[in-house]
Amino acid sequence: MRTRFGLLLAALVAAALVSGCGEREQVVVYKQGKYQGKPDTKPWDDDPGSALYTTSKWTRGDKASWETAMRSRNQAQNEYTRAE
Amino acid sequence: MARMKFLCDAERCIECNGCVTACKQENEVPWGVNRRRVVTISDGVPGERSISVACMHCSDAPCMAVCPVDCFYRTDEGVVLHDKDLCIGCGYCFYACPFGAPQFPQAGAFGLRGKMDKCTFCAGGPEKDNSKEEYAKYGSNRLAQGKLPVCAEMCSTKALLGGDSDIISDIYRQRVLKRGKGSEVWGWGTAYGKPDNPQAKPPQGAKS
Repeated sequence: MRTRFGLLLAALVAAALVSGCGEREQVVVYKQGKYQGKPDTKPWDDDPGSALYTTSKWTRGDKASWETAMRSRNQAQNEYTRAE
Repeated sequence: MARMKFLCDAERCIECNGCVTACKQENEVPWGVNRRRVVTISDGVPGERSISVACMHCSDAPCMAVCPVDCFYRTDEGVVLHDKDLCIGCGYCFYACPFGAPQFPQAGAFGLRGKMDKCTFCAGGPEKDNSKEEYAKYGSNRLAQGKLPVCAEMCSTKALLGGDSDIISDIYRQRVLKRGKGSEVWGWGTAYGKPDNPQAKPPQGAKS
């Protein structure tokens, strides 16, 4: 019983010591032509009310509703529709 | 949705540099970096034209092609963005870009370059949307706020249009059809409409 415990303890100590010797990749793994940076979040994944002075309304996570909001916002640049 | 694009109407641009100022203010762009600028040709002579230029968010962007660390990416809306944590400031993108969009802040003495900075179409970058980190590195993320780039939205003459390419090209098409071309674009008629009675003569009075 005692020897088994001793062996187990020795194995654990050895594993703990060896774990420090692991070699991890220190640099970015380069893949030619592929974006290497951090992922970006989508604009429609935010709550419309999360920013100050937001006038557009869409449903969080719904791309189509965000696009509709942007389309109507875009029309504000057309002064012919505003004037007529 | 089509790709996000800018369109500048050279007939309308009055070289006020409002877009440049608005961009600087919105994104707190440092000294020496101009994400947007107004270019004028034939300055001071008849036929002078101005156009506001920034990153055109190319569909086949040369900056993306030449970047040695591949720090560029294109969003679903067609906006070309880059990761500043990865950029090494080599300047290849500056040489590749036909619009001179990539800018480099002076990071130290002897002309040392910092990380590249360019127009983000007010779409921020690869950080949490509208976070302090995103603002510090890339500026405002107006698309995530349901807004369009500030330069286009505040343009006083609406020379600079920004947004979904289909919509802005429709706006431009409608504008060109209404205003005509060449000499029809300019003059009294465009500004104040056609006179009610074109044959009318000015009243003859005594000279003072």
